[in-house]
Amino acid sequence: MTYLAKPKLHHPDLQANSRGYTRRDYEGKISTLCAGCGHDSISAAVVQACFELEIEPARVAKLSGIGCSSKTTDYFLGNSHGFNSVHGRMPSVLTGANLANRELIYLGVSGDGDSASIGLGQFAHCMRRGVNMVYLVENNGVYGLTKGQFSATADKGSKSKRGVVNNDEPVDMIGLALMLGASFVGRSFSGDKQQLVPLIKAAIEHPGPAFIDVISPCVAFNNHAGSTRSYDYVREHNEAVNRLDFISARSEITVGYAPGEVAEIVQHDGSRLRLRKIAADYDPTNHSAVMNHLQERTEAGEIVTGLLYVNPNPSDLHQYLNTTDRPLNTLGEAELCPGSAALEKFNAGLR
Amino acid sequence: MKPTDIRHPEYFHKVVDCQWACPAHTPVPEYIRLIAAGRYSDAYMINWVSNVFPGVLGRTCDRPCEPACRRTRVEENNGEQPEPVAICRLKRVAADFKDDVKDRMPLPATQKNGKRVALVGAGPASLTVARDLAPLGYDVTIFDGDKLAGGMIRTQIPKFRLPESVIDEEVGYVLDLGVNFRSGTRIDSLNALLAEPYDAIFVGTGAPRGRDLEIPGRREAAANIHIGIDWLSSVSFGHIDRIGKRVIVLGGGNTAMDCCRSSKRLGGEDVKVIVRSGYEEMKASPWEKEDAIHEGIPIINYRVPKEFVHENGKLTGMTFEVVRAVYDAKGRRDLVATGEPDEFYPCDDVLVAVGQENAFPWIERDAGVQFDKWGLPLLDKVTLQSTLPRVFFGGDAAFGPKNIIWAVAHGHAAAVSIDAFCQGRDLQERPAPHVTLVSQKMGIHEWSFDNEISIENRHRVPLKEASLALKNIKVEVELGFDAKLAIAEAKRCLNCDAQTVFAPKLCIECDACADICPMDCITFTDNGEEPDLRQRLKAPAENLGQDLYVSDLLKTGRIMAKDENVCLHCGLCAERCPTGAWDMQKFFYREAHANSGCVEVPSRKIA
Repeated sequence: MTYLAKPKLHHPDLQANSRGYTRRDYEGKISTLCAGCGHDSISAAVVQACFELEIEPARVAKLSGIGCSSKTTDYFLGNSHGFNSVHGRMPSVLTGANLANRELIYLGVSGDGDSASIGLGQFAHCMRRGVNMVYLVENNGVYGLTKGQFSATADKGSKSKRGVVNNDEPVDMIGLALMLGASFVGRSFSGDKQQLVPLIKAAIEHPGPAFIDVISPCVAFNNHAGSTRSYDYVREHNEAVNRLDFISARSEITVGYAPGEVAEIVQHDGSRLRLRKIAADYDPTNHSAVMNHLQERTEAGEIVTGLLYVNPNPSDLHQYLNTTDRPLNTLGEAELCPGSAALEKFNAGLR
Repeated sequence: MKPTDIRHPEYFHKVVDCQWACPAHTPVPEYIRLIAAGRYSDAYMINWVSNVFPGVLGRTCDRPCEPACRRTRVEENNGEQPEPVAICRLKRVAADFKDDVKDRMPLPATQKNGKRVALVGAGPASLTVARDLAPLGYDVTIFDGDKLAGGMIRTQIPKFRLPESVIDEEVGYVLDLGVNFRSGTRIDSLNALLAEPYDAIFVGTGAPRGRDLEIPGRREAAANIHIGIDWLSSVSFGHIDRIGKRVIVLGGGNTAMDCCRSSKRLGGEDVKVIVRSGYEEMKASPWEKEDAIHEGIPIINYRVPKEFVHENGKLTGMTFEVVRAVYDAKGRRDLVATGEPDEFYPCDDVLVAVGQENAFPWIERDAGVQFDKWGLPLLDKVTLQSTLPRVFFGGDAAFGPKNIIWAVAHGHAAAVSIDAFCQGRDLQERPAPHVTLVSQKMGIHEWSFDNEISIENRHRVPLKEASLALKNIKVEVELGFDAKLAIAEAKRCLNCDAQTVFAPKLCIECDACADICPMDCITFTDNGEEPDLRQRLKAPAENLGQDLYVSDLLKTGRIMAKDENVCLHCGLCAERCPTGAWDMQKFFYREAHANSGCVEVPSRKIA
């Protein structure tokens, strides 16, 4: 399926951000996904988030595996770095890239097949190592490219388009991410950009492993009655715990709230997460309470969305490994070949 | 806001900006597509049905459609200079390249209906009435003092803009419908005409009197001072073929532009236009000013004429007061002397083109037609009926000087009224327009119109080399688009008649349309009052002249709101829609004419 390229003309009042880029400058190639695919909405949300954060496109590296979701890296940030890796192997490639150049913003885009089936191990180890990245799962519960088999995240009891009932337990990616040490965990819905865009912005600025599970209906194979990933089902069962306003460390604080309505979490880089409470007493910084809440509400049949968990003082792989502060490609000969005296000293330390 | 009622024919009509702005409501995008398809004769007939004189208008129209063209708004901030599609010159393409269309014209009525209608003046308004009424069986008689029909089209527009052959052809199509043309018969008395057995009379006598300039020296130097429109018609009839070497043209309208360009061709070497107002406020169309400047004619602004200077009755020049524009709090302009010394411009001849007036010396004041204090007839704005029920007015004679396309629109309206009047129907009950709305879907991502948006700039019409064009007043300056340029220009048309039609019941609110829309036209949001809603859209809708298309409540309780303002009609919303909630449907709108039943463009053949 090919579409006409999006016309270059834009709205006459389209604004540019402080770097001189308009939102349109963050777009990529024309999508070849099915019309109405939730993934395209997620791409639009990434575009909007990067525009609002005023990110220099060349500072972003977007990496993906295989699948409908993994194709989307071509459809946004056309002027950023990209790597389309082997099926399920995005986390490894991303980890390597991150170690080599810690100054880029890493956006790992994956799907439920790429991350919960073939790449489950990669996903787990990437989270537990604490790679500083945004891990975005575009989760539709179905294998769209092979015409609609259940994926590993499909809910038990849900029905395929042909009426087959799924008997397998779903892989709970949110639960795994929480257990394995992600320091920022959120869930959202492709059909709710008001929720999704601030979440992506906060995740990008979060200096640690950030995981977002985005439920993204597959209009071709998983948008029917009996599906638990359809537009209608998700809208009916969506229970947001909070509404996030992300305020980066650079911007002035202008919005005022009545006391008690808002919980503010100041992260160590100075950025603020302002959460307008929806679920009473939900504290996204309390790890065990979060796990309990999710367990309870999921059992009650709700799809819990919002910023679910955040550790305001995260650490990451570079810290653990005590690596150099600078990207490897900026190191000169003096740093890389410190000479035989330094080698002697090092060897002496190992004797 | 209430959901938009798209069943009302005027809603989508308004979205087709060019057609909405055209007084005769010509289906512009339709004929532009036909031109792109090389179907020139079909394109010509679409025009002919609506505006009667496609070849004439394709060269001379005031083009109210072009400033309205959506292209200017979408090109804003996207390129250096936003410009409309060259609609007018594409119309000429249809006229230039068409085959013989005689067999497509309606036939003269085989049976007369016994009603007689007199039309006074053979200009575009009367000819339109004749075209609409003659095929219905009316016995139509046109009176004109001139030998040939056409009115101001023939007498006032210089031949280098409009060749005589084009006038002959298009006037001929009307006269061939069995219309009686009484040439050389000036009507001197309405009372006398009323005494003859006509069921209705239409007055299409134009605004025949050029305004004079009563300043010192006018009478003494009269031999070299000419009224613009009279001089143009004398040139047109060949009575005048020379003018002095130094010519001053007074006035800033299109007549002034025709005067100065004609002077250049009749021996004028030093020709200049001197105008009271500023260059920007001049009444002349921008392109006519450009054409004059292109021929080396300077336009000197902010000069108020003070005196015709002469030596013993021989004109030697003119003096002007230098002024500047001052605007009061209400934005009204006042021309105030700058205090600089008056300027003297030597000249041999002056052409006065400072406006036209209506004149009805032949209508006796006791005839029953009432006039207002400006000397214009009191008319019903819709029916164009005067205070004497069987007398109707149209064209410049109705509401003062306008232009050809308004004259045509008046002609259509008057014909509908005259038909109703003669058949004893209520004149206020106007016939409904002919409207169709048809899906253009051909396949998954395929439409029956070209939805790829051209980003080319407006194409210039090739001109005859100035040195050759200035030698002969009958040589047409504009060469017109060739087929290749015509296609490129036609592709700039956004097909605004391909409407985005939304079916709220099918929408699953996946946001695909809002995400893909290149112009940020589509928003899903909570309903509200219009001023509030306009501000809450993805791109605030600041152009209040353009409607919001608002849907019924959707499943989530939100509405779809689309700002029609800068929609490219590219159809991407419909291509991205998984459920077919968006569809591109062609809106065809044809105003009802008195003879709509006789002139039929077969719908199968429409592009």
